[in-house]
Amino acid sequence: MNIRALRAVRVVAIGVLTLGFGVPILAADSDWIMKPMSPDLDNTASLQRGANLYVNFCLGCHSLEHQRYERTADDLGEIPHELMKANVIFTDQKIGEHMQSSMSKEDAKKWFGAAPPDLTMVTRVRSPEWVYNFLLTFYEDPSRPFGVNNKVFPNVGMPHAMLTLQGIQEEVCFGNRPIDLLDVQPALDQDRVESIKDGGDENCSELSLILGSGMFSNEEYDQAAFDIANFLHYVGDPTRAEREALGKYVIGFLLILLVLAYFLNRNYWTDVKKN
Amino acid sequence: MSEVTEKGRLVSRAMQWIDDRLPITSTFKEHASEYYAPKNFNVWYAMGALALVVLVIQILTGIWLTMAYVPTAEGAFASVEYIMRDIDFGYLIRYIHSTGASAFFVVVYLHMFRGFAYGSYRKPRELLWLIGMAIYLVLMAEGFFGYLLPWGNMSYWGAQVIVSLIGAIPYFGPDLMEWVRGDFVMSGITLNRFFALHVVALPLALVGLVFLHIVALHHVGSSNPDGIEIKASKDENGVPLDGIPFHPYYSTKDFVAIVVFLILFCAVVFYAPEMGGYFIEKPNFEEANPLATPEHIAPVWYYTPFYAMLRAATFPFLGIDAKFWGLIIMAGAILIPAALPWLDRSKVSSMRYKGWFSKIALMNFVVAFLVLGYLGTIPPSPIATATAQIMTLVYFGYFVLMPWYTAIEKTKPAPERVTH
Repeated sequence: MNIRALRAVRVVAIGVLTLGFGVPILAADSDWIMKPMSPDLDNTASLQRGANLYVNFCLGCHSLEHQRYERTADDLGEIPHELMKANVIFTDQKIGEHMQSSMSKEDAKKWFGAAPPDLTMVTRVRSPEWVYNFLLTFYEDPSRPFGVNNKVFPNVGMPHAMLTLQGIQEEVCFGNRPIDLLDVQPALDQDRVESIKDGGDENCSELSLILGSGMFSNEEYDQAAFDIANFLHYVGDPTRAEREALGKYVIGFLLILLVLAYFLNRNYWTDVKKN
Repeated sequence: MSEVTEKGRLVSRAMQWIDDRLPITSTFKEHASEYYAPKNFNVWYAMGALALVVLVIQILTGIWLTMAYVPTAEGAFASVEYIMRDIDFGYLIRYIHSTGASAFFVVVYLHMFRGFAYGSYRKPRELLWLIGMAIYLVLMAEGFFGYLLPWGNMSYWGAQVIVSLIGAIPYFGPDLMEWVRGDFVMSGITLNRFFALHVVALPLALVGLVFLHIVALHHVGSSNPDGIEIKASKDENGVPLDGIPFHPYYSTKDFVAIVVFLILFCAVVFYAPEMGGYFIEKPNFEEANPLATPEHIAPVWYYTPFYAMLRAATFPFLGIDAKFWGLIIMAGAILIPAALPWLDRSKVSSMRYKGWFSKIALMNFVVAFLVLGYLGTIPPSPIATATAQIMTLVYFGYFVLMPWYTAIEKTKPAPERVTH
């Protein structure tokens, strides 16, 4: 599907969503077309990989200050506590403690200008899909202090923490560009050729990876980004599974009670005469 | 057999002993088993009972939340997450309370609409209606103060916007605003006093007013969908011919309504506690930050119709600036239903027998309320603001024009006895 069609689909989809159940829209911070992602809390392996990646690549700066190591171990497939201590807890913290970053907030503020935010509930403030796309869309931008920028969070003040895994991505721009771009991109669709001829606004709607610059293949990195977003979705609301399981019994009980209440009421009302 | 009568005699003697000292039996008779309610109630008449159920739910969950909540700027946000994550069933208590706040307004708005449609505010129920309006005001304040307590970023900025409205009052506004906040900005001091009001002062006022509401109701008797007085036709014992004892007929009927309500309520609590950002707004999962305003500040859905009217005032008029007009319009919109008993000049009470003008006006009112409610959730735009201005006029038109359209329209005669 070409970009324009995708955009149309997105506009229609947003229209349907906002009309249908009126989601208060978080003002979009970019017009990047999000790659769809739906978290899967039943995929314990993904959640465990996500936790592993998180503590290795994110926790150094971004705490999960409301989430405890112990709960994480117990919820993600009952990881034995010894294993958790040996492989996941890199600080001198105890297993019952919150997953704090080892960097102090004062230092962080000095080094980065602002302390990196706590991410316990980032998926609830934004969405799992946002996190997933954020992780996928770092690209080279020499004008930024860390040499990288982000498509979902333009001018983000952090380096690409997983650069070694993903490798370097570059922006691919269309429109308002020399026409010889057509030679390197022979598969451009007709719409885009028209837009390039018109010399429309520069449209950098694609990223391309410099092959061999990262340790992971595209698929592996995509999976890693999914796993982290999935893990953070769990961390945002760790009681979800328990709550949804309990809900079935509560509502089931109420449905049975409703039948009894209905017949009790009908039985009493048989003596009330019609006028 | 003798054993049974022996036991029975003992119970009735114990009951007599209590009744001589505390009028339990007579109170129960007066307010339940011999309180005669019209037999033609429909589902709209269950909302009052549901509101009472929600009140109890909120008080109970509120008590348990208070056991672990820390009312300080430093500790509030983390203590809510502590409740959500570390306390057994804490997430349930918190979600019941947050969903209960919205549920309260759902049932109260439906309860008020019932009053609009069937003329429940009319003589002799004016005071009953005014007490109800007082409950509504206290409820709005209760919701507002409670919304600050999680100390999320929307809590903070939402409260900031509303409190800053006070500053729009000419002359003493800015000083008054500072006095209300207790600080130069929204701070832990503000949080502390909002906490005191939310958990002690307003719940007390609410319970007291609800008690008065029920006392006044039982004194004048319930109205009904036909809007006629059942006390006008009584049998030889003085029992209204169209009345049936509240207990057991309406206690069992309300029980069905309560169970249906609880099913819907639990569906939200267990499966959609955020309700797509309407019951718990997304920025509220981020701690309050005086330096970072959320991109779009919107109050919770139950205030949005009034918020839209506040924002609809965009130009100064009669030497008063737009912001203060906004405040006046908003306050007017909230308070104006209190005037209904004196605005309605129709010969009949119920919408069933009123004329087309009343029916159209009420429909317009509902549409305006819903459209304004939606507009209050979205960022302002020229079209949205123009729509909000028109809908504000429609909203006020329902009330302001009522003395006129209820007096001139052709009504149907109300029946002598209720239709059932």
